[in-house]
Amino acid sequence: MDKQVSMYRTMCLIRAYEDKLAEIYTEGKTPLFSIAAGTIPGEMHLAAGQEPVAVGVISHLEQDDVVTAPHRPHHFAIAKGVDLRLMTAEIFGRQSGLSRGKGGHMHLFDPQSHFSCSGIVGAGFPPAVGAALAFSKQGRKNVAVAFAGEGAANQGTFHESLNLAALWKVPVIFVIEDNQYAISVPKGQSTAIAKNSDRAQAYGIPGVYIPGNDVLAIHEAAEEAISHARQGQGPTLLEIQTTRLYGHFQGDAEAYLQSGEKESWRQQDPIAKFRTHLLDHHYLTPEEDQLIQKEIQGLVDDAVKFARESPEPDIREAFLDVFAES
Amino acid sequence: MATTTPVRKLTMARAISEGIGQEMERDPNVLVWGEDVGVYGGIFGATQELFQRFGPQRVIDTPISESAFIGAAIGASAEGLRPVVELMFVDFFGVAMDQIYNHLAKNHYMSGGSVRHPVVIMTAIGGGYSDAAQHSQSLYGLFAHLPGLKVVVPSNAYDAKGMMIAAIQDDNPVMYFFHKGLLGLGWMPSDDLAEVHVPEESYTVPLGQAQVAAQGSDVSVFAVGAMVPKAMRARENLRHQGISVEVIDLRTLVPLDRQSIIDSVRKTHRAIIVDEDYRSFGMSAEIAAVIAEEALEYLDTPIKRLAVPDVPIPYSRVLEQAVIPSVDHITEAIRQLTR
Repeated sequence: MDKQVSMYRTMCLIRAYEDKLAEIYTEGKTPLFSIAAGTIPGEMHLAAGQEPVAVGVISHLEQDDVVTAPHRPHHFAIAKGVDLRLMTAEIFGRQSGLSRGKGGHMHLFDPQSHFSCSGIVGAGFPPAVGAALAFSKQGRKNVAVAFAGEGAANQGTFHESLNLAALWKVPVIFVIEDNQYAISVPKGQSTAIAKNSDRAQAYGIPGVYIPGNDVLAIHEAAEEAISHARQGQGPTLLEIQTTRLYGHFQGDAEAYLQSGEKESWRQQDPIAKFRTHLLDHHYLTPEEDQLIQKEIQGLVDDAVKFARESPEPDIREAFLDVFAES
Repeated sequence: MATTTPVRKLTMARAISEGIGQEMERDPNVLVWGEDVGVYGGIFGATQELFQRFGPQRVIDTPISESAFIGAAIGASAEGLRPVVELMFVDFFGVAMDQIYNHLAKNHYMSGGSVRHPVVIMTAIGGGYSDAAQHSQSLYGLFAHLPGLKVVVPSNAYDAKGMMIAAIQDDNPVMYFFHKGLLGLGWMPSDDLAEVHVPEESYTVPLGQAQVAAQGSDVSVFAVGAMVPKAMRARENLRHQGISVEVIDLRTLVPLDRQSIIDSVRKTHRAIIVDEDYRSFGMSAEIAAVIAEEALEYLDTPIKRLAVPDVPIPYSRVLEQAVIPSVDHITEAIRQLTR
C-alpha cells in the first residue's frame, strides 16, 4: 500500500514536471515553437502518459543499478532519482546544471544515480549490456535496464545487444516502451510483427508484452524480470504498451493521429486510473492526495526557480571536459 | 657499440600483447574483448597468449556485433572496467561508429566531465598486401577529426608497448592503430625496422609526444606508423646523395605535438608530410596547416604532401603500389623538395 502510494506520488511528480516544462517551453518563443529561442531552447520530448513504464520498472531498482534511457528521458530520470534541480538547470542550459549546460534535455548524465540517456535511437542497448557485464565480472548484484521506444526495436543495436546479453547471460533488462508511434509512423507500418516482445524467442530469453499502461501490471512483470537477472538467470525483454499525451516534440501538430485517438488516450490517463484505484481501495484519501499534489508542485516550482536563478555558463565552459585529466 | 643491457627484439604484435598482459596483471579491471581475440590470439596477433594466461573470463571472443561489443565498453567503463576492445580492421568502423563518435567520444563532455570512459579501441590499418578497398585503409585522420578521442599510431615495437600501456592507463577513450605491415607476422610482409629492443619491464610512452626518429638538417619528414620506417629508408638513400633528412615520428595525432613540428621546421626550413591515409582533409593537411599557421616564416620552399591520392585502395599489386607512398616515392619527393 505504501509502495503503491509512493509509486503514485512519483507518477504525479513526473506529470507535474512535464506539464510545467510544456508551459515554460513556449516562453519567449516567437513564433510559438521557435526552436532556438526562449527559456528552454532546442527540442523538447515530453513523456506525460508514459509514467507507468518508468515507475513500474524503476521502483524495483537500487541507486547503483544502471538505467540507460532514450531521447524522451525525464520520466526515467525522475524515477531513478536524478536531482530535480540539477536536471532542470541542465534543461535550461545553465551553469549549475548536471553538465554545466553542455548536455541538455536529451543528454542527461548522473553518475550518482547511475543514469544516462542518449539522443540516438537504440543507442542505449549496448552500454547497458556493458554495464551488466561489469556487474557480473565484479561480482556485484546489480542490474542494468535499457529503455527505448518501439521504433528502436528495428535498430541493429537492439538485435546485437539481445544476442550478446543472452550469450553472456548478464543481468540486463530490455524495456521497449511502445507508445505506438515513432514520431509519426505507427508501429504497424514500421514493424513486421505485432509484438516486439516476441523477438525475445529469437535470442532464447523470456519476452513479455504488458498491455494497458497499468503501473501495477508493469510493476509485477518487472519484478520477475529483475529478480531473474539479479539471480544470474540472464536478460529479459519487456514490451510495455503506453500512450504519448504530448506530441513527439513540443510543436508537433500530430496531424498523423487518427481522429479521436488522442482523446481516447486522455480518457485512459494512467494517473487518473491509478488514483481511482487507490481511492477505491482506501490506500489513499482525497486529503492525502491533496497533500501529495501540493508537495510535488512545491518540488517542481523549487526546481524551476533554481534553474531560472542559475547563471548562463561561462564561455570558457565550452572548452572544458573534451578530455579527462588522468 | 658496447651496451650494458641485453637487446631483446620483439615483433610489434608481441610487444602489444605484452603491454596488455602487464596491465592485466596489474589491474583486474582490464579486460580484452573482440572478434577472435581468445584462443586465436587476435587475427593479427595483438592478443597472443593472453587467453592462455588469463582465461575466458578476461579475454572474451565476441560475436560479429561491433556496435554491441564496442558499445558495451561504454557501459562497462562507466561501471569500473577498463576494456581493451579490438576492432579487427579499421575499415569495419562503419557498423559501430555511432557508439564510437556519438557516445564514447562525447559522453565525458556532454556530462560536464562527470562520466569517464577509459577504453582502448585497437584496430588494424594499412595496405600493401592486395586486400583491396575494404581492408586496407588507414583512416586515423577521420578519428582524429572528431573531438574526444585520443589517436595513437605507433611505428615500432618499443613505442607500441609503451603507448599501449599508456593508453590503458589513460582515463579517455584511445583509438590505437597498429599497421599490419609492422607487426612481424609470418604471413604478411613486415618492415623489420619495427622490430626493435623492448624492455621486459612495464613502461609508458606518453601520449602526445612526437619523437625525432633521426636527426637531419636539410628537410623534415613528418610521418606515423608504417610511413616512419619507409621515411627512414628514404633518408638512407638520400644520405648517399648528400641530403640530410630529419624524420619526425609524430606517434600521436591527438593530442598533436605541435611544438615538435615547429621546432623541426625551424631547423630544416623544408617540410614534407608522408601519410598512408587519404590526401584530402586529413593528417597531411592538418600538419601543413600547423606549419602554415605557426612556422611559415621558417620555410624556404612550399610544403609538400605525399598521401593516398583520394582513390580507394585498389586490389592489383601494381595499382596498389602506385597509390600507397613507397620508399621510392618518398625518396623522389624529398629530392624534388631539396633540389
